[in-house]
Order: sequence, then structure tokens, then C-alpha cells
Amino acid sequence: MKKFGGKVLFLDRNDINTDEIIPAKYLTEITKESLKPYCLEDLNLKGFDRERDLPGKEVIISRSNFGCGSSREHAPWVLELNGINVVIAESFARIFRQNMFNSGLLAIELPGRDINKLFEKYAQTGASVSIDLDRFVLTVKGASASDIFAFKLDPFDAELVKSGGWLEYADKKY
Amino acid sequence: MGRTISEKIFDAHLLDRPFEESFILKLDTVFCHEITTPVAINDLVARGKDRVFDPDRIKVVIDHVSPAKDSKTAEQGKILRDWARRNSIKDFFDIGYNGVCHAIFPEKGFVRPGYTVIMGDSHTCTHGAFGAFAAGVGTTDLEVGILKGVCAFKYPKTIKFYLKGNLPEGVFAKDVILYIISQIGVNGATDRVMEFTGPIVDAMSMESRMTLCNMAVEAGGTSGICYPDMTTVEYLWEFIKDSYSSKEKALAEYSGWISDIDSVYQKIIEFDLGGLEPMVTYGYKPDQVKKVREMEGTPVDQVYIGSCTNGRLEDLVEAAKILKGRKIAKGIRGILSPATPRVYREALKQGIIEIFADAGFCITNPTCGACLGMSNGVLASGEVCASTTNRNFYGRMGKGGMVHLMSPATAAATALKGSITNSPLFMG
Repeated sequence: MKKFGGKVLFLDRNDINTDEIIPAKYLTEITKESLKPYCLEDLNLKGFDRERDLPGKEVIISRSNFGCGSSREHAPWVLELNGINVVIAESFARIFRQNMFNSGLLAIELPGRDINKLFEKYAQTGASVSIDLDRFVLTVKGASASDIFAFKLDPFDAELVKSGGWLEYADKKY
Repeated sequence: MGRTISEKIFDAHLLDRPFEESFILKLDTVFCHEITTPVAINDLVARGKDRVFDPDRIKVVIDHVSPAKDSKTAEQGKILRDWARRNSIKDFFDIGYNGVCHAIFPEKGFVRPGYTVIMGDSHTCTHGAFGAFAAGVGTTDLEVGILKGVCAFKYPKTIKFYLKGNLPEGVFAKDVILYIISQIGVNGATDRVMEFTGPIVDAMSMESRMTLCNMAVEAGGTSGICYPDMTTVEYLWEFIKDSYSSKEKALAEYSGWISDIDSVYQKIIEFDLGGLEPMVTYGYKPDQVKKVREMEGTPVDQVYIGSCTNGRLEDLVEAAKILKGRKIAKGIRGILSPATPRVYREALKQGIIEIFADAGFCITNPTCGACLGMSNGVLASGEVCASTTNRNFYGRMGKGGMVHLMSPATAAATALKGSITNSPLFMG
């Protein structure tokens, strides 16, 4: 199983939608790889500069209802192509969350108070996150502090991540 | 303990239950379009699994960019065409016969009460109007659906909406759903089925019910759903008349797909909509909604009437009532995109297309086009569009553009005035 975690990109807003993650005009691309340069191109977030903020990041931490809107799986794909393998948020839109697990990526929900703490304590510290999928805990490390948070994964979603995705799972079983 | 309509559909389609909450459902039909399917096809080919679970249960349309606007969209169409041919998929709708997926598939009678439906498109929730469980999915779910005819869902928790009162004249299903979304928020129904009931829904046409269910996903809903009734039977009759000796017989069978009285809901929300006014969005989220009155005078550059939300005949009829014998304001670009060839033809026959053309509208072929900023009316930065579509996201109809969602009647009135305004149909 692949390793999850890394340096964090903090996106401090609710309801970041999949049109912002990958605008519809790029959905005419046939290969996943060609989506890579357009990640978060239409993100409506003050102070965000994708050329400065995105490179080298492997984890996104955001607020509630992340990934709402269009069903496009291009959204998790473009995140993965840019190195992101985990999104941590207070909540996700259903289709986006399913698309993450179906693609073998992690979508982790934490309670609002934990998300608040992550933003307050770690947003400006060049933080990184490591994920332990055996114990279901994530560790965040900033410049001078660290914290551990327990999280829950739906057993079926956890199974998908272990199998490498839904197609692999379904193909074996059905 | 009784079961909701969605629970009954789940129980009837259950193939496997690997965990308590995880239901693997058998699918009655899988819908496909040219934006999300080609990547799935290419992946299946690469895996040596270029097969479909049942060619008769897969329905395909080219709708998002049609006719193709460049080499890339031409390639997407070609992949879909070749695949449909290779796999003997008969129901494939191409140029001349194609329309917006969530308008054309119901029109062909492909959705029936009690069905399970998926599509790689978030507005698949539209088909819940027929008493089906219909959900948008991503490309991987679509791929598995195509290959195996199954999809995984959590057991459906339902929010029941009981809508009562008489809608005032000039207030439509679009105003109702915008109002509901404004009350519960853009994640107010996440992971929930939105079950629409009550006298207002009972009185609605299938077109209006589709408008209602279409925007369930804008509140995060997995599917919208309405109970099948005689309106449903009448709509489907041309497709089912050989299977039933009478409409009453069909209704009797469909009545199995209604929630039991003692069903358990996650929440029941009652709205008295007798005093509802025409509604419009003002921001970049579908729950940012005001009364049209409060937005009166907001200038627009373009008016767009069409889409899977409001591009059906009933929508064109309502807009035409307002446009008849009038001209749209100087400098306003009006675009009408009838959702299907049948809508287009019927509108032509009834003189509706002429009313739009005389008013100064450009009439396009059926396509999703401008709704998601793909073609046929993309906005420039700083431009404002009054639109009958479903999403007002930042950049949705073009980078830097602003979209105000509203009903076709409000959009028509706005085109005449050149700024957001109530329709003359509304006397409130």
C-alpha cells in the first residue's frame, strides 16, 4: 500500500468546489496527465498563489463541504498529479469523497474543533502530516509543535484504499 | 417499521453488503456522455476489459460540446462513438438526435419508478423525479457500472420535504428549489436523499419535478426523489402502454414505490410556499439566494435559457408568454438552447421559437454549452449572466463572470428590461 502524508497546503474556506479545482474547459483532455498544469486554477481564495503555494505539497487541509459541485473525478486526479494524496476537511461532498477513495486516495474528516486547531496552530508553520492507517491516527508537525488526531474511516472506504481502488475491488469480487 | 421509497429501491437491488452500511446495488441503467466516459473507456481498454455488462442497459449521448468545437472535443466524440459501436450499444444519440442528457433520457422513457441509475454527471439526481434512485458518480464508479452493472452506496438516509400551499402565479419549481437550498445550505443534504412530497409536488408536471430534483445536488443531496403517481404514468405511457392493460394498472404497480407512512426519516421539513416569490442567486454559491425584488435593477450582459434544469418545453412556454410581441433590451445578448430535438421541434410547431427569434434571441442547438463555460455563450471577465442553469460557481460560465440563477420567466423578463426584474406573471 502506498504511503500517505507530507507537506500541507492550507485552504481556509468552506465549499471549495470541483470547478475551482479543475475548470470545466479542461475536461476535454483525454489523458489525465494533461490536466496537471490547471490544478486549482479558478480557486477563489484571497492570498492564494498556486505557483507559489502548490509545489511540494502532498496534503490539503480545508474546511467544510470540500469538493462540492460537479462529479468530475478529474478533481482528485489533478490533485494527485500535483502530488496531493490526502485531503483533510471538516466534511466532503459525497461524490468527491467517493472519487478520492475510488482512486486510492484519502479523504479524512475531522471535527470542526480539530480543523480549527490545525488552522490556528499550524497554518503558518510549514507543517507536515503523517498518516498511520493501521491505527487511524494522523500526526501533524509544525516548526515547534506537534499534535496527534484520531480519525475514522468507513470500513468499506478503508478496504478500497487497501485494494488500490474500487475497480480492482469490484473486478475481483463481482 | 416502514421503509422509505429509497430504502425499498435499495432492498430490491441489493447484490452484496460487505459492511453494515455499504450496499452494492445492481443497476437498472447506466447513462454516459462524452465528457466523463472517454477516460473510463480508455482505462477499460488499457486493462483489456473493453466490455459492457449489458448493451441494452447503457444509454449514451453526446451533449456537453455538440457539435464538436475543436480537435479535442471531436476526439471525445469519436472515442464514445467507436466504443458504442464496438459494444453494440443501440441507444446512442449523436448530432441531429442528441440533447442534454437529463432531458433526453427521460424523454425516451429510459427512467422508470423503482430504478437504480448512475451517470458520470452530478445532475443525475434529476431522474429521481420518476421515483428512481438516481445518483451522479465519478469516472471510476461509472467504469465499474459499465463493466459490472453495480455501484456502491451507503444505505440512504432521507430528508423528507413536505411542500404545501399554492404557488402564486409566476412562481415555479426553480423558485421552490432555490428557496429550499437557501434554507438548508449547500451541504444541508450531504449524503442524504431529498424526498419531495406534498400538494405542491403532487400538482407539478414531470418537467417541474425534474427541475426540483435536478438541483438536489446543489444542497449536497445524493438524489432527489418524488413519488410516482398518475402524472408519472401519463408521461411514460407511450413507452409502457404495451406492458399494462390500463393506466390504472400501471399506477397500481408503481405505487409500490412510495414511502410507507411509518418510514423513519433523518429529518422532516415542512414549507408553506403559498407566499413564495420569484427567487434569484446573488453570489458564487447556490444557497446565496434572495427574492428577485431585492435584486431588482442589477444589470446583466447576457440571458441564457436552457440546460438540464430549465431547457424543457414547459420552460420555453413560460418564457415565451413574457417575450411575446416584445424585444429584449438593447445590448443584451439573449441565448435560447432548447434541451432536446423534441423540445426544439415542439417549440417550433407551437410558434415559440419564432417568439424568441422575434424578441432578439439567438437559438442554439440542444447542448450543455454555456452552462459550464464550454461553448455557445461563455462569459468574459466582469460580465454578468441571468441564467436558468444550476450553478453560479466562480468562473462557471467563463473566468471572472458572474451568474445569477433564476426561473425561465424571470430570465425572460430580465432580458426585456436589461436588468434583473420580476416577471409580469408574478403579481405578488
